[in-house]
Amino acid sequence: MRRLPRLGWWLVFIIGFLYFFVPLYGTLDFSLKSKPFLSAYTAVLADSQFVATLGYSFIAGILTIIISILIIVPTAFWVRLKYPQLRPFIEFITLLPFVIPPVILVYGLLNTYSGGTLLPLGDSDTGLNVLLVAAYVVLSFPYMYRAVDTGLRAIDIHSLTEASQSLGAGWGRILFQVILPNLRTSLLSGAFLSLAIVVGEFTIATFMSRPAFAPYLGIVGDSKPYEQAALSLISFGITWLAMIIIALIGRNSRSKIKVTVG
Amino acid sequence: MPFLELTGVQKRFGEFAAVHNFDLKADAGEFVSFLGPSGCGKTTTLRMIAGFERPTAGTIVVNGADITNTPPNKRNVGMVFQSYALFPNMTVADNVGFGLKIRKQPKDKIRKRVGELLELIHLPDKAGRYPWQLSGGQQQRVALARALAIEPQVLLLDEPLSALDAKIRVSLRNEIRAIQRQLGITTVYVTHDQEEALSLSDRIVVMSEGRVEQIGTPFQIYNFPSTGFVARFVGTLNVLPAKVVDAAAGTLEVAGQPIRASKPITGSHAGDMITIALRPEIIELGARDGLNNVTGIVDDVTFLGSIVRVRVKFTDGSGVISFDTFNNPNLAVPDRGTSITISFPPEACLVIDQAEVAAASASEDPDAA
Repeated sequence: MRRLPRLGWWLVFIIGFLYFFVPLYGTLDFSLKSKPFLSAYTAVLADSQFVATLGYSFIAGILTIIISILIIVPTAFWVRLKYPQLRPFIEFITLLPFVIPPVILVYGLLNTYSGGTLLPLGDSDTGLNVLLVAAYVVLSFPYMYRAVDTGLRAIDIHSLTEASQSLGAGWGRILFQVILPNLRTSLLSGAFLSLAIVVGEFTIATFMSRPAFAPYLGIVGDSKPYEQAALSLISFGITWLAMIIIALIGRNSRSKIKVTVG
Repeated sequence: MPFLELTGVQKRFGEFAAVHNFDLKADAGEFVSFLGPSGCGKTTTLRMIAGFERPTAGTIVVNGADITNTPPNKRNVGMVFQSYALFPNMTVADNVGFGLKIRKQPKDKIRKRVGELLELIHLPDKAGRYPWQLSGGQQQRVALARALAIEPQVLLLDEPLSALDAKIRVSLRNEIRAIQRQLGITTVYVTHDQEEALSLSDRIVVMSEGRVEQIGTPFQIYNFPSTGFVARFVGTLNVLPAKVVDAAAGTLEVAGQPIRASKPITGSHAGDMITIALRPEIIELGARDGLNNVTGIVDDVTFLGSIVRVRVKFTDGSGVISFDTFNNPNLAVPDRGTSITISFPPEACLVIDQAEVAAASASEDPDAA
């Protein structure tokens, strides 16, 4: 009787494994067909644009994560603590990026912030970088909010907040020293998703003419198919590496008071 | 001058009045318990002292300073929660030292104070542990140490033992009292457990439906309840209908059997029906000269370890008396259905207002609604 469910789980696992890894294997197999052997990889690594665009996307990704944490954590915390009746409204707001296509978002941003507007961010490179990160922050809302909200649900924020207050803590300390560290796992999952989305985002970066990784990948793919496959695998590996580094940083960031008694 | 003074404190949530005109004066070092059933306003009052709720009216004064509108983080009031509320991301030492870090105390001083407090709560070897690595009792001791670390003016404990098992509860409550006596800290303790309140407190505030029913020492509260609610809530009371035979002489009839009260029955006349209450521990098995003796049929016998609870009903169906006797193997416990005589002194007859008893019974019995 017990074998059947276990067999079912194995089946699901195998199907999932194949679903994710067969395309990766196909890409790897295709990239290795370039002549001479591994030339697609050496060409990609030798291209200065590769490092520049990937670096740009990673910086945009990290800024996106930091800004969205700074916006989402206090908001979700405050809503859960003081205004739980606003939760459906906030959830709706954070879901809007699923409803509004990126192409609409980018046109809206460029029209609003270009030309004779009060804040002409669309008229300069720096301004466009700011707009790009702002757009990515919006795109990361659904993932980050849900991750943070789930994390907040798992801890007793009312008691923790009141305990901190009774010990003399103000809101800043409560948020950054008590609540935030207890959301580490949630924040990491939100950060992973945000980073993956930013590194792979094509539409907004292309329309804003930003030197991001996804548009570069598209350009390479037009003329160099083997290199594009190699590039995809390398970027995949680097993104996973970045996630592992974030996870390790998150795990080790704890302060301690050492006590010696006697 | 009282150290902690609540004057005319009220709290309303919209139309609902959670606390009505609460007055209390507690001396420095006093241990006061708020005792009452769920929803009686005891936790709301405690939260107003802590600053988590703002009173709708009234003032709260601690050590001569009006803190009614002071934010909770500026009150220097320590709080221990039912759910421990230890910071999961911090070690025991970090938790205990948190308040001192906020006060920007030097690291050496924090280390020393944390060490002292861990000694006080008998957990000196657990400094490096995380809350999830401790038992419930240990976590609550750490929460107590954390609240005491900041040397608060007042210590507030909100049902701190409710989540613990019975044995730990008794040992920890003794520990809390010993520490409180040692430090001489003014303490307010919220509980719905009358045994806890009676055993710990210098004074008890019995509350019901947002109102103070009685404030007194455990002895006064238990032996001289001023309302039917207090009599009913504190201890297990036998409530019986009685007929007044001679009000001036204090003679009554219960189930047609004569008994005497120690005082005249004021406000009643011969033939009136009144309600009396008897504490189970005052009732003895068997007839005694000079005491009230009544006879009934054993309805039930319950073995409760060190004690045996016997329930006796009157043949006319007018009431039931429950009483406890020590589980002495040399004493014969009566069998169900046998006729027995029980005795109690005249002083044990508490005359209670009928309306109050009915209200207290209704609030405790969900089926009555």
